[in-house]
Amino acid sequence: MANPMRIRAAAKEGVTEVRVLMSHVMETGQRKDSSGAAIPAHFITELVAKHNDKVVLNAQFGPSVSTNPYLAFKFNGGAKGDKVTVSWTDNKGESRTDEVQVA
Amino acid sequence: MNHQRRDTLKASGSLGVLGLLAAAGLIKPELAQAAWNKGAFEAHKMDEALAAIGAGKPADSTDIQITAPDIAENGAVVPVGVVSNIPNTESIAIMIEKNPAMLAATFEIPAGTIADVQTRVKMGQTSDVYAVVKADGKFYTTKKEVKVTLGGCGG
Repeated sequence: MANPMRIRAAAKEGVTEVRVLMSHVMETGQRKDSSGAAIPAHFITELVAKHNDKVVLNAQFGPSVSTNPYLAFKFNGGAKGDKVTVSWTDNKGESRTDEVQVA
Repeated sequence: MNHQRRDTLKASGSLGVLGLLAAAGLIKPELAQAAWNKGAFEAHKMDEALAAIGAGKPADSTDIQITAPDIAENGAVVPVGVVSNIPNTESIAIMIEKNPAMLAATFEIPAGTIADVQTRVKMGQTSDVYAVVKADGKFYTTKKEVKVTLGGCGG
């Protein structure tokens, strides 16, 4: 199981800003190890963010996204105490879901 | 990077074959996830990537803003933000023209979500960064050059 995500969600003047820091190697498949063998690609492909049960962002990532991906976005609405859930799936089928309360 | 290998790949048209295999369900599910746009993320040319996300030839727009540094000292972590002021923005794609995997990320923006996303990408070399925005079924684009002093895709 991958390490937990760090999620911050803050509501201000009717807009909730969500910032997510995922913990993932995001290996491109282009790099080679010291013996010259290619390191297999391993990266997050899909990400879904929900506010309570409503999807607020659907993202697809390629290997060009940085190691330990950062993502920030905003949606209208959201109040203190609401639930924000972020889930990702990577190309090896691993996944991780974390949730946080809007502050 | 091994350029010869790259050319061989292109010449054999293996991308197309892979796509077909994936479509026919011949590849293991973890390699061909249903929703993930494999063709777009494996495209090596701007035109191919645009075609794969259905954009064709997007129109230039001044209503899209890309926030990225003019000079990135570390190509492994380049902060890129995209804001679209076009009404009814449905999706945002970030592309790095000279990366081996040029499509970095796509974001679907449902109603109620603001067309304002930020992330961090790797850049192998100095390149134009494109934001492709879909709004009301039409595609718009803008670009910004980011100079990279130390590439982030080496190894």
